[in-house]
Amino acid sequence: MNTNNFSQPALANNRMNIELKFEHKQSAHCENGVVSNLLRYYGIELSEPMVFGIGSGFFFSHMPFLKVNGIPVTSFRPLPGIIFKRISKRLGVEFEKHKFSNPHKAMMALDINLKNSIPTGMLVGVYHLTYFPDPYRFHFNAHNIVVYGRQNGSYLISDPIMEGSEVLTYDELLRVRYAKGTFAPEGHMYWAERIPKNINLESAIIKGIKHTCKDMLTIPLPMFGVKGIRFLSKKVRNYPGKLGPKKAASYIGQIVRAQEEIGTGGAGFRYMYGAFLQEASIVINNGELKKLSYEITEIGDLWREFAVIAARIVKNRNTEDESYNKAADLLLVIADREEEFFKKLKKSIR
Amino acid sequence: MKTTDVPQDDANMMQGKFKEPVYSLDENGNYTTIPSVGWEPKNAVMQEAWDRVNEKIEQARQNVINGKLSPIAYYIEKNIMDTALVAKYMYMPKWKIKKHLKPYNFSKLSDDVLEKYALVFGINKHELVDIDQLNDK
Repeated sequence: MNTNNFSQPALANNRMNIELKFEHKQSAHCENGVVSNLLRYYGIELSEPMVFGIGSGFFFSHMPFLKVNGIPVTSFRPLPGIIFKRISKRLGVEFEKHKFSNPHKAMMALDINLKNSIPTGMLVGVYHLTYFPDPYRFHFNAHNIVVYGRQNGSYLISDPIMEGSEVLTYDELLRVRYAKGTFAPEGHMYWAERIPKNINLESAIIKGIKHTCKDMLTIPLPMFGVKGIRFLSKKVRNYPGKLGPKKAASYIGQIVRAQEEIGTGGAGFRYMYGAFLQEASIVINNGELKKLSYEITEIGDLWREFAVIAARIVKNRNTEDESYNKAADLLLVIADREEEFFKKLKKSIR
Repeated sequence: MKTTDVPQDDANMMQGKFKEPVYSLDENGNYTTIPSVGWEPKNAVMQEAWDRVNEKIEQARQNVINGKLSPIAYYIEKNIMDTALVAKYMYMPKWKIKKHLKPYNFSKLSDDVLEKYALVFGINKHELVDIDQLNDK
């Protein structure tokens, strides 16, 4: 059956009105934002960049064999859920996770959580999110939100992308929790089960940095990390000759979308990482990190230069190989800079 | 990037619903976020992606009007879906959806199935079967 056919069941607790004291803060990226907002509820104040850095959210991959809508996937982040997993491990926060085959049970479990004053995170599809702007509504199913209350039969939603809190009806929430396709959420929800008394922030930061250095420098496959950027450069150079002007433009445009579309905080998370290094430099008292934050900022600026060249190609349907060569050359410069940066970063925390 | 350089190129991509925080350096060299309505290169690549979607919708519309495909083909594109995704929402195998793309097979569909399709596409049954109204879209 289609989930939309389910109407609101006549349960007694449907009339329950609950609003938890949940402070909603906007963030650039949903996964960071949900973690940051949930932890704040339990008295742990961690900014979005800190969550991002400790959770090793910085990454690069280019996978020409993996296509979405016929275009190869380029990504500036690890797979959805990874930041979440890493940060809970490094901080020692235990999360309970559940999926439900029955949508009504999923909604009932949520009601029970709210009754027990537990703000609950969940995965949803964005296509049917009523409050989302239309140009951003496509079938992406790994979006994170927190439900923190229920009023007059509707749910109070903290969506990290939005500036304020939002409201979804029972049917609207059920629909996005049971979106179909890649990463179908299947009613997946999660909440903090155990919060440790003492958090060792220093060691969490160092583990987070080390992991990112490893991801960017040593994965022995051409698609990932610094190698992935060089790999992409090679592909970009061949785009016009191999694909023709139209397809080549779509391919290069997709890279910029991954870099700048909602959630990266600008230039493919590079600036957010700079913000993390600044905060981390104070926590672990390491001045070198502050210097490196300026270096990653410059690298972010180079990525933006790349976006400018790519967008010009897309707009003018530029068939000249010259522009593609320019873009590919710039990617090589970026790869060198990022390699140098992560080598220094690795040394700085030894 | 400096806070003063954070672009504010509005192409109505966020429809005024929110601004996106952009990380940047303030005058003291400290990171902060600045809300932005957009950046021209980003708007351009997003527009290109939507142009591609709209091209496919238009092509499907023509095919439906010309009797080559059933209205399901149009609504699949309109909802940025493909047969595989529709199959999942319909709880049907993909080959069945493909069969329903043929106008003849579509005309044989039961009211129940039409109702289900309409629900998936966020329209009503009458809209789904009314091909004439596609002329005005």
